[in-house]
Amino acid sequence: MAKRVVGIDLGTTNCAMSWHDLNDALGEVVPIPQLTAPGIVEERPLLPSFLYLAKEDEFPAGALDTPWEKKATYAAGEFARGHGAKVPTRLIASAKSWLSHTGVDRTAALLPWQAPAEVSRLSPVDASSRYLMHLAGAWKASQNTALDSEDIILTVPASFDAAARELTMKAASQAGLHNVTLLEEPQAALYAWLEKSGDRFRKQVNVGDVILVVDVGGGTTDFSLIAVTEQDGALQLTRLAVGDHILLGGDNMDLTLAHHLAQEKNLDPWQFTALTHGCREAKERLFASSRLTKVPISIPGRGSALLGSTIKVELNREDVTRILVDGFMPEVPVTGLPQTARRAGLTQLGLPYAQDPGITRHLAAFLTRQSRIAEGRAFVHPTAILFNGGVLKASALRERVVAVVNDWLANDSGAPVKELAGADLDHAVARGAAYYGWVRHGHGIRIRGGTARSYYVGVESAMPAVPGFVPPVKALCVAPFGMEEGTQADIPPQEFALVVGEPTVFRFFASSVRREDRVGDMIDDVARNDELEEVAPIETALNGEPGKLVPVNLQAAVTEVGTLELRCLEKGGPGRWMLEMNVRSREE
Amino acid sequence: MAQQIGFWDRLKLGWRVIVSAAFAAEITEALEQLERARSKRAEPPERLHASGLVLLAALQREGRLVDFLQQDAAGFSDEEIGAAARIVHGGCRKALRQFFEIKPATDGAEGSTITVAAGFDAQRIRLTGNVSGQPPFKGTLRHHGWIATEIRMPAISEALDPRVISPAEVELA
Repeated sequence: MAKRVVGIDLGTTNCAMSWHDLNDALGEVVPIPQLTAPGIVEERPLLPSFLYLAKEDEFPAGALDTPWEKKATYAAGEFARGHGAKVPTRLIASAKSWLSHTGVDRTAALLPWQAPAEVSRLSPVDASSRYLMHLAGAWKASQNTALDSEDIILTVPASFDAAARELTMKAASQAGLHNVTLLEEPQAALYAWLEKSGDRFRKQVNVGDVILVVDVGGGTTDFSLIAVTEQDGALQLTRLAVGDHILLGGDNMDLTLAHHLAQEKNLDPWQFTALTHGCREAKERLFASSRLTKVPISIPGRGSALLGSTIKVELNREDVTRILVDGFMPEVPVTGLPQTARRAGLTQLGLPYAQDPGITRHLAAFLTRQSRIAEGRAFVHPTAILFNGGVLKASALRERVVAVVNDWLANDSGAPVKELAGADLDHAVARGAAYYGWVRHGHGIRIRGGTARSYYVGVESAMPAVPGFVPPVKALCVAPFGMEEGTQADIPPQEFALVVGEPTVFRFFASSVRREDRVGDMIDDVARNDELEEVAPIETALNGEPGKLVPVNLQAAVTEVGTLELRCLEKGGPGRWMLEMNVRSREE
Repeated sequence: MAQQIGFWDRLKLGWRVIVSAAFAAEITEALEQLERARSKRAEPPERLHASGLVLLAALQREGRLVDFLQQDAAGFSDEEIGAAARIVHGGCRKALRQFFEIKPATDGAEGSTITVAAGFDAQRIRLTGNVSGQPPFKGTLRHHGWIATEIRMPAISEALDPRVISPAEVELA
C-alpha cells in the first residue's frame, strides 16, 4: 500500500485529521469516532479538544470505552464537552493554551485548573497527548494501520516559542507517535490554499506580494506574514514574521453575546452554557443570511417539563454587528495599539487571556511592530490576505478586517489588499498539513522561513556586587531569525565555563522582531529591551569532578522536525552536553 | 458437575449415527437455523430493538423530544409551545441528520404532473385518487416522499441498558 502523510490539527477547541497520498496526490479528511453519550460512539468530522475525567462509578462500567480503549476512565470529544459543561471541575479545556503559558510548570499535573483534590489531574502535556492518542485510535479504527507507521505533520501556532514546540513533541511521543514534524498553522492554511488553487495560484499572487494570514480559531488568534519572492526564475514563498500568542477567539464572541442576552434573565450555569451554544448557532445563521434580521433562541429548563419552562430570547442583527463586528474588529487607526490594563497586585494564576478584545488592534500592533520589514513605511504593507479559522466563515467579519486594513493602507499611500479565497475553514489546517507532507517529498512549492524568532541566552555582566542593585543581564544571540530546519550554528568563542557536578542554568530569551542579529551578537541589558521576551530557562548538569570548571562553546541547531536544540561542546575536548529547556515555573 | 448433552445435540448425534452423512448435514443445518431463530426470539426486546431506543435517546438528548411528547400541551399558549418547539425542531433536526441522509423518494416538484411508468416501485410510489387502467399513469405529485439513502447508526456498548432514554440528573451542591 502506498505511503501516506497524515496532517493533524491539534487545536485549542477542536482537533482534525487528514491524510495525503504520496503517489497520486489525493487526500481526505478522516472522520473521528468519539463518545457522544455514555456507551454511544459516533463519527464526527472534528474532535472537540475537551477531556472529561470521570469520577469512579460515575458511569456504568464500559460506558466510556472506545473501540480502541477499554476500561476508560475519561472521555474526549463531544460527550466530554457536553457533560463537562455540567461538571466544570472535571473538565479540561484549552490544554493547548496552557502548553504555551510560561507562568506555570507545564509538565506538572495542573488540569483541570479548578478540580477538587480527589481528581487526579493531568499536565498540559498529558492532556495534549490524550487527544493525540484518541486520534491514533481513530486512525487505526478507520484505516487499519498504526498511525505511527505513517509520516505525521503536527501543526502548532506560529506564535509557539521553542519551549512550547518542544512540549508538543513530548506530547506526541507520549502518545506513541514518533515520525512527527511540526508545521506552523498559518503556513498550513496557506498550503491548503495552494492545494486548492493548484496551478492557478500563480495567477493570484505575484513576486513582491506579501500575504497576511489571519487565523482566528475558537480560542486563539494568530498572524503571519508570508512573502512571494523569486529565486532562479521560480516562485518562492518565505515566511517573514509571526505574531504573539493571543488568547482571543470565537469562543469569546459567543460568550460576549450570551452575557448580553442573559442580562435581566435568571439563568443557572447550565442554561447559560445552552445560551452560549444558542448564540453561536444564531450568530452563524445571521452571518450566513443577510435577509434575517433576528434569530430566536430558546433555552430549555432543566426539568422534564419543556412547555412553560422554556426561556425565549432573540439575537438581532444590530447586536451582532455592534458586539461582534464593532467590538472584536473595531475600526481603529494603525496606531491604535491594544490596551494592556496592568492588573495590580495579586493576579489569579490562570491563562493569560488577551485583555483587549479588539482583534484589529492586535493586528495593528503586529504590523507596526515588524517595522524592520516595513521598508521605511509606518507599518508592513500586506498585498494579499488569507483567512483561516471557523470564526471567519462569517463574511461580515472578513469584510471588516479587509476594510480596516485597506483603510490603514490608504492612509499610508498603499494599494488595497486582495482576499485569497480560502478553503474549508474547519479543516484547512489539517488538510494543509497533510499536503505539506507531500510537498516535503519534493512536490509543489514549499514555504521557507526557518525559525520565526531569534534566540538568546542570558549572560550576567561581570561587575562588582553593589547591595540592592541587580547586575544587568546581557543576551547572547545563539540562533538567528530564520534559521532553517536541519542547520546548526556555532557560536563564536565566548568565555563560558560550566561548573561540573551541579546544574547550570541559563536564562533564555526570544525575539520575534530582531531579524538582524547574527550568532554571537550581544545585546546589553535585557531588562530594558522590550523586543526580547523570556522563554523557559535552559539547564544542564555535567557529570564529573564537582567544582571543576570546564570551558565550553555553545552550539545551536534547528532539528529537521522543527525544534531547537542547544548544546555545550567542551573546548579542546570530547565533552558534549545538551541544554534542556526547563518549562517549570519561571522564577521572577 | 457432569456435562449435560442438550436435547438438540442428542437428536443431532442420533441422526448422524443412523443416516447418511449428507442427509445428516442437511438436517443439522435445519435444526441449527431453528435454534438461531429461537435464541433471537429469546433476546430481550431492548436488545433486539436497541438501535430504535438509541435513536429515541438521541432525539431526547439533542431535542428533548420525549419531554415534549410526554407533557400535556393543552394548557399552554401557542407562544409557549412555539418556544419549546424551536428546541425540539433544532435538536431533533441535528440528530436526524447525524443518523440518516434523507432525500425525496421521487424527482419533481410537488404539484407538478409526473408519469409513473410500468413496473414502478410500489413501495416508493403510492397511487391515490382514481386508481384504474394500465400504466404508464399520469398524475399530480402531492408529496415527494422521503428515503433514507444513508444510515449511520452508532455503535452501542453492550454494557449499557438501552431502555434508559435519559438518566435522572442529580446536581450535587
